[in-house]
Amino acid sequence: MKSFLKIMLASALAVSANAKEIKLLNISYDPTRELYTEYNAAFAKYWKGKTGDEVTINQSHGGSGKQAQAVINGLEADVVTLALAYDIDAVSKQAHLLPADWQNRLPNNSTPYTSTIVFLVRKGNPKGIKDWDDVVKADVKVVAPNPKTSGGARWAYLAAYAYALDKNNHADAAAREFIKQLYKNVPVLDTGARGSTVTFAKNGIGDVLLAWENEAHLALKEFGTNDFEIITPSLSILAEPPVALVDKNAKRHHTTEVATEYLKYLYSDEGQEIAAKNYYRPRTEAIAQKYANNFTDLKLVTLESQFGSWANAQKTHFADGGVFDQIYQK
Amino acid sequence: MTPAATTFHLPHPAVRRHTTSEPPWVRRLLIGLALGFISLFLFLPLIFVFTQALAKGIGFYFHTITDPMAWSAIKLTLLAAAISVPLNCVFGVCAAWAIAKFDFPGKNILLTLIDLPFSVSPVIAGMIYVLVFGAQGWMGLWLNADNPSFPWLANWLNEHNFKIIFAVPGIVLATIFVTFPFVARELIPLMQAQGRSEEEAARVLGASGWQTFWRVTVPNIKWGLLYGVILCNARAMGEFGAVSVVSGKIRGETNTLPLHIEALYDEYNYAGAFAVASLLALLALVTLGLKTWIEHKNAALNETEKSA
Repeated sequence: MKSFLKIMLASALAVSANAKEIKLLNISYDPTRELYTEYNAAFAKYWKGKTGDEVTINQSHGGSGKQAQAVINGLEADVVTLALAYDIDAVSKQAHLLPADWQNRLPNNSTPYTSTIVFLVRKGNPKGIKDWDDVVKADVKVVAPNPKTSGGARWAYLAAYAYALDKNNHADAAAREFIKQLYKNVPVLDTGARGSTVTFAKNGIGDVLLAWENEAHLALKEFGTNDFEIITPSLSILAEPPVALVDKNAKRHHTTEVATEYLKYLYSDEGQEIAAKNYYRPRTEAIAQKYANNFTDLKLVTLESQFGSWANAQKTHFADGGVFDQIYQK
Repeated sequence: MTPAATTFHLPHPAVRRHTTSEPPWVRRLLIGLALGFISLFLFLPLIFVFTQALAKGIGFYFHTITDPMAWSAIKLTLLAAAISVPLNCVFGVCAAWAIAKFDFPGKNILLTLIDLPFSVSPVIAGMIYVLVFGAQGWMGLWLNADNPSFPWLANWLNEHNFKIIFAVPGIVLATIFVTFPFVARELIPLMQAQGRSEEEAARVLGASGWQTFWRVTVPNIKWGLLYGVILCNARAMGEFGAVSVVSGKIRGETNTLPLHIEALYDEYNYAGAFAVASLLALLALVTLGLKTWIEHKNAALNETEKSA
């Protein structure tokens, strides 16, 4: 009996010695809180089944640019899941924590899910907002985050700009005038997407919120369909929020393998379903079909087709003295 | 104050009419305005915090404040306060003692430096630590340099993955910075008013420096000191701006109570946010209670000393 207990104890110890406890830090942008709460639990279960190791994923959320800045300044993220490629480029360029070609390492430009920008309006759509033209009308108050700090805000800005370009035969001057009208209507610029949603939905400011599609759906879920409705414009931008391994941090934490798998699993059927359930457009066709009801069809243009590249768009529109600074001052 | 003097000051009806000659409606209006203002901006929000906190029932309330993330925030907040308050206490007493009891060149500069955290925005305080200790700051560049000065120290720090910013040390540092003046500022006027005569007498009677300090100075300042500690503690636990810059806001790791409240609020969990906020509000109420008690005690003490 005694020896049996000894064996039990020894084997129990052996198991606990083999099963490692791993910690990952995922630095993400504002509206992904609910997505990653669900995904992290699913991944931890998957990883435990595959390797027997316990993995705990810690999260931090905030405006995408702000989060990238924190990683650059030493916040030791194993993975970054930000709102746009430019912010991860910044981490690569300024802190050299991952190679410059990071975006080629995972499928679909390292973007396991996409989204777009839609309008959230008050129930009954009292201002009759149907498309971007209605948003720039003089009597409409628009709530949007600050493009300087928020990724979603930059996508929203570019979506409006792309619409104006499309409407005006790609005349830059007309598009600028359009965007100027738009931001004239913005009374509050929050630093992050979630701040703007709270400003609009909870604090009751503004007639229309320019929001991530997923964020707008989540707001409906949280505040109820009695108060708000989603309006999908005729044209918007295909927003690609990418994910990346932060090589140097992961290497230092000895988490390269699990962190890589954590990102890859986003492309699995389970990962894609969780994304679709949280109103991110999945990449896998079958899952997209299954959740077709979650998404309205609209014309989506890519950033590359309209603005060349993020570096370009950033330089022209959002850098100090860029178009945004010019139109917002006047 | 002698009893005779007190009777002399008892308000006489004729005197009272003279001191407030305004018509009754003006007086009532002013009192009403003051009360209305206090209710609107102080009591109402306070009541609102607690009603919102309990909006989803007492079960939800306890569930929220015993959640592991909340616990970790509570523990981190207490830790930051437990380190920063004693340090500021020692510093405050030393600084006040030096400033009030001695003359030396640069005294005014020291006074200005102590006040600096009051005049600098907490966000700036956070930023300077990021600039100094961040990966792109002095310390980061030194640790990542190919040939760092003091290589043994740099290697040791790198091996142990020692972090200041976006970790507990950064949060403690930021807390110390913003609470720096509280104890000193409380003690300096008190010690200056007390003067040096008692210490000088102690020295003349042969007491050593330590004896003078422990037996003469400390008993004289203990209530003022306690008062400063309480204010310092309240600020340490409630600090948002500076800590928010250096924290990195990792849930369950570097979120303090105020940051946890923000996170819950941003997750549409309003009842949860207010439940945690009610903890801070309770802290404020306890602080207020303690403060009143100390003031009362202090006044009573002064009274007995004077009549003795």
